[in-house]
Amino acid sequence: MNPNAYLQIGLFMGILLLTVKPLGSYMTQIMDGRLPKFSRLLYPLEKAMYRGCGIEATTEMNWQQYAGAMLLFNLLGMIAVYALQRLQGLLPLNPQAFGAVKSDTALNTAVSFVTNTNWQSYAGESTMSYLTQMLGLTVQNFLSAATGLAVAIALIRGFTRHHQSTLGNFWVDVTRSILYLLLPLALLLALLFMSQGVIQNFSAYQPLHPLPTPQHSQVLAMGPVASQEAIKMLGTNGGGFFNANSAHPYENPTPLTNFIQMITIFLIPAALCYTFGQMVGDTRQGWAILAAMSLVFVVMAWAAIGAEQQGNPAFSGVDQSYSALQAGGNMEGKETRFGIIASALFATITTAASCGAVNAMHDSFTPLGGLVPLGLIQLGEVIFGGVGAGLYGMLIMVLLAVFIAGLMIGRTPEYLGKKIEAFEMKMISLSILITPLLILVGTALALLVGKASIFNPGPHGLSEVLYALSSAANNNGSAFAGLAADTPFYNILLAVVMGIGRFGVIILVLAMAGSLARKQRLAVTVGSLPTHGLLFVVLLIGVIIIVGALTYLPTLVLGPVIEQLLMLGHS
Amino acid sequence: MKALLRPALSLFLLLSLITGVLYPLVVTAIGQLFFPQQVAGSLMGSQGQWLGSRLIGQAVTDPRYFWGRPSATASYPDNATASGGSNLGPSNPALLAAVTERITALRAADPDNPLPIPVDLVTASASGLDPHISPAAAYYQINRIAKLRHLAPTQLQSLVQAHLQAPQWGILGEARVNVLELNLALDSLVASATDKR
Repeated sequence: MNPNAYLQIGLFMGILLLTVKPLGSYMTQIMDGRLPKFSRLLYPLEKAMYRGCGIEATTEMNWQQYAGAMLLFNLLGMIAVYALQRLQGLLPLNPQAFGAVKSDTALNTAVSFVTNTNWQSYAGESTMSYLTQMLGLTVQNFLSAATGLAVAIALIRGFTRHHQSTLGNFWVDVTRSILYLLLPLALLLALLFMSQGVIQNFSAYQPLHPLPTPQHSQVLAMGPVASQEAIKMLGTNGGGFFNANSAHPYENPTPLTNFIQMITIFLIPAALCYTFGQMVGDTRQGWAILAAMSLVFVVMAWAAIGAEQQGNPAFSGVDQSYSALQAGGNMEGKETRFGIIASALFATITTAASCGAVNAMHDSFTPLGGLVPLGLIQLGEVIFGGVGAGLYGMLIMVLLAVFIAGLMIGRTPEYLGKKIEAFEMKMISLSILITPLLILVGTALALLVGKASIFNPGPHGLSEVLYALSSAANNNGSAFAGLAADTPFYNILLAVVMGIGRFGVIILVLAMAGSLARKQRLAVTVGSLPTHGLLFVVLLIGVIIIVGALTYLPTLVLGPVIEQLLMLGHS
Repeated sequence: MKALLRPALSLFLLLSLITGVLYPLVVTAIGQLFFPQQVAGSLMGSQGQWLGSRLIGQAVTDPRYFWGRPSATASYPDNATASGGSNLGPSNPALLAAVTERITALRAADPDNPLPIPVDLVTASASGLDPHISPAAAYYQINRIAKLRHLAPTQLQSLVQAHLQAPQWGILGEARVNVLELNLALDSLVASATDKR
């Protein structure tokens, strides 16, 4: 790795960590309903919304009601996105006169955007009308992120409360996170993006009259991109307006927008660790979780950049070395303005978080460079993870680590004064088992039925399928995009996998939160296992890696590892 | 369930209106007001006769101009209504074949060029619309263009140097050259050279 790589990772982590405390405590305040001065402007709107919708903001829900409200709300979203795609031909804001999206693609997209996955089996600029992008996809970018945040806050309340049956009010949690957090930040980001060249218009596609006349005239795809781009990153959604996603110059025109996009992906997941610590009354607990996330992330970023900078050993007669005049390395599927470092770093960030936006084509990464995003997805999207989803996924890992430590030292496991008992362990085990089951059984099924969709030959083809299922089950949404996934088989299989991977885990988490809220909160004694020190951070990382490795190592060996060995053998 | 239906439905509609209509329209209005040129696509040329976008690469095959990155977009290269990369895996024989073919084409267009071929000139970009090439890729092409245009290589070198974009803030991203801007400058350089004669 060259010095610039260390500089870029350092700058990224430095700026990110600076945002954690202010944003984290702001989120604590708004989710508690204690609005800081500058947010009070919107308070009358919040109150009016509750009145208009018949919501009693002070009435709390038990976990079943909370889960019911969440499911119903998301079901409505699914129906709306599906209907908009099917009817877009009859609706306004469709200058390219796109017809109805075919039913299996529309179903896949509806589930995908509602579950915060944003897997895309369509190409935006040749499929979706501006209305569908705005009123369907942009809306779900907000709502799915708000849903994730609400569930995480409900789980935190499970730890902070005792002898209570309720977890808060889902409608209030969703409304507050949109009005006070997502909307203002998205607006600010959209302005920054537009200043750098991200487009925002409703024009028909723009024909050009190029000067050094090329063989084909050029037509530029247009659209309201900036507004969607901002929430796409902020909500860890990742569904691009255009097919090329954040590699497209109209979505991500400069290295600065690229840096802002990378920070934005981790912004809320990182700050939420602080919110967690603050709400449970011990910020050290939040910092410990953030430390575990950061350590794994930095190692993975370093590995990805190193692998991509090596270049492709099969090329001869090409200069792939790094110099002041070129990025060098494996430039297939990468943009010149980002080069190797900003592309590999982006790939690590987008898959550590369950964002799934891409600024380079992961399918063209070197085998080991592609192993990093695939592996991070398979660790369960707990290294920062999605908005809300990252924290509740990580807390499951924390409880598992506490349980294992408890077994080793022979004590009843407890975390933050809550005893971890049989019911919690059942929920934890189930939620850890659901995703591997979806991924491995799904991959096996796809290899039996859907082999024709594979694009690259050899072990890389297996990686394509494995990546698709891993991405869907963990609600990431990025792809080894050579896989021709726009077939009824993959559209339906992946829709089912995304749905269970999202809502299956959420229901288990809420059930666990309900059980935790009813328990008493024991005082911390000398006998309690400290969960804020370096020792626990190491234990937590160990548990995450062991669970991930034990589950997926065989498939990873058959995919990327064999490909790497073959590639080195040939050159 | 029934008690949930009214809040669910009305809150969903209200939030859709705020985030899916109001928010994009506010962003559009601010964009039109403060960044009219950017939000329309950073177009170059004049109304009705736009030459291109500063941000979108064009497929130039004329050897008298600088060439951009190879593009793997559907139907034809640099198709700005079908962005995307090749998705060829690193060990795919088709990738090696494509790269070898591009090397052959570069060598054939400029047989006596002593410089090594920069990797970004023979690999397809992620978007298929990359507007930039590396400085190395621009310098590599000077030999060919100087011969065809009867210009001194030093003239072209200073042209490229004038169009070098450093990494943003000296750290972010990579050094690069915008191909369309460079080609337009090349045309005006040639025009002024002809005027002097």
